[in-house]
Amino acid sequence: MTADSKPKTVLYRVLRFEPEGSSNPRWQEYTIPYTSGLTVLDGLWVIKEGVDPSLVWRSSCRMGICGSCGMFINGLPRLSCNTQISELGSSTVEVAPLPNFDILRDLVPDLGPMFDHHQALSPFILRPDREELEKPTAEYYQSSAEMERYLQFSYCIKCASCIAACPTVATDPVYSGPMPLAQAQRYNTDTRDDGFDIRKLALRGPQGPWRCHFAGECSRVCPKGVDPAKAIQLLRRDLVADYLRLRRPTPPAAVVEKPDDIARRPDIPEAPPATV
Amino acid sequence: MLESRGHPNRLGMRGWLFGGRWGPDRYLYSLHRITGLGLLLYFAMHIILTSSRALGQGAWEESMARVSGPLFVIGEYLVFVAFAFHAINGLRLALAEVGFGVGKPIEPIYPYRTALDEQRPIVVVAMILVALLIVVGGLDFFVWH
Amino acid sequence: MQDQKLWTWHLAAGLVILVLLGLHMAIMHLDAALGIFNPSGGHPIDWANVVARGQTLFFSVTYVLLLGVALFHGLYGLRNILLELAPGPGLKTAISWLLIITGVALFVLGTWAAWKAHQVALGGVLV
Repeated sequence: MTADSKPKTVLYRVLRFEPEGSSNPRWQEYTIPYTSGLTVLDGLWVIKEGVDPSLVWRSSCRMGICGSCGMFINGLPRLSCNTQISELGSSTVEVAPLPNFDILRDLVPDLGPMFDHHQALSPFILRPDREELEKPTAEYYQSSAEMERYLQFSYCIKCASCIAACPTVATDPVYSGPMPLAQAQRYNTDTRDDGFDIRKLALRGPQGPWRCHFAGECSRVCPKGVDPAKAIQLLRRDLVADYLRLRRPTPPAAVVEKPDDIARRPDIPEAPPATV
Repeated sequence: MLESRGHPNRLGMRGWLFGGRWGPDRYLYSLHRITGLGLLLYFAMHIILTSSRALGQGAWEESMARVSGPLFVIGEYLVFVAFAFHAINGLRLALAEVGFGVGKPIEPIYPYRTALDEQRPIVVVAMILVALLIVVGGLDFFVWH
Repeated sequence: MQDQKLWTWHLAAGLVILVLLGLHMAIMHLDAALGIFNPSGGHPIDWANVVARGQTLFFSVTYVLLLGVALFHGLYGLRNILLELAPGPGLKTAISWLLIITGVALFVLGTWAAWKAHQVALGGVLV
């Protein structure tokens, strides 16, 4: 047997915390065999199934879509399912819960404050025609170019990596943080939306983008390329323009009116009857 | 206030300066803060000290004599360095923070291109300008006099 | 007060400072390279130069403008940093008032000095 054929191992250092005791979080070490393609999340499963079943974390989809498994891995907030151990460039994997959130247990952060901020900025379409919103009769007009103005920010999966990276949130619980502000910008720039003045009530105060100093960490760590730093600067541009009365509000996109003088092309068959 | 439901884990002031393996923009942010605080402290003392010129030549020369000497020259040079950084980086931030030079929203296709990548050439030019100012200022402070 | 308002003025103040303090720094610290506004030669803080600048209305006015604008910019920046430390509501009000009082006091002192120095400089020439 040569040295190369010996199974390689990975050392996991995991921050453990039990809320039942009065003890502080402590580091615990596990050594597991390395297999090709092992992600940080896979390694945690190996530990839970074979070594220590008491280890707790949040995860779901294993493919970077659900945003549950954000963790502080080797000095950066990342999605553990999206992080290959081989890309860390180290045989030691240090896993801690996302900072700037209270630790509920082991690797589980309390994301509640982030979602409170998110909710406070009305992250949904606000328009005067409530009836049409509740019982839509048709679509709203929106061009592809108009959609691209917010599409990037709508890829956010609320994994809280940006909040964990933000230096302002590190001390300030009042500041909304990158994710909620990026989502405010996402809905402000949506042409179907008319809620700028309502969101402004919160955004003009200390919850708003004013305590962003463009350290840029949120954009660096975002696993979906949402670029919250860009969203915050664009949001601030709109709010500054609004204060200087340079912002020209546009009415929200109108409902597409159904043409009434059309007939079905004869070569297109009727849809089959509904089965449910 | 938000109620704590677990073990508090905010990074605190440590997170301003150092929170992990961060990028260059994080350090520019820290430097901007430190130079700003330094300039403000100097500015307050500067106002008080230079007010002596209202009392005529004697008072002025007396107060200027109190802050002469090599240690004060080095201190003043540090103020100049802080000013050079805070001014140039501040101009960059003033433009970026109202959305100039951060780019338009794009389709996030891997590898992601963020506002930081848009800023990178601007940061490099700004830091070269800062370095030039620091060198010219240094020559003026210590060589040409 | 609303940060939307204050931050916009913070930004505008920064741009004014960039011009005025740039000029101030160029006069004071790049004198060997540029040598502007030092009519009697020598060091920019020699009394003769101070008088020469104090005589012109331009310098007296821009000194006061720079003073006010820079105090606002600096103290709002300091307030921002302090409020990011999440003080309680009482402490927050105390910080705001302390900074306002400090700012006004320094502004009054500096304005008095600029005005008085302008008088002294003019008088120095006439007598």
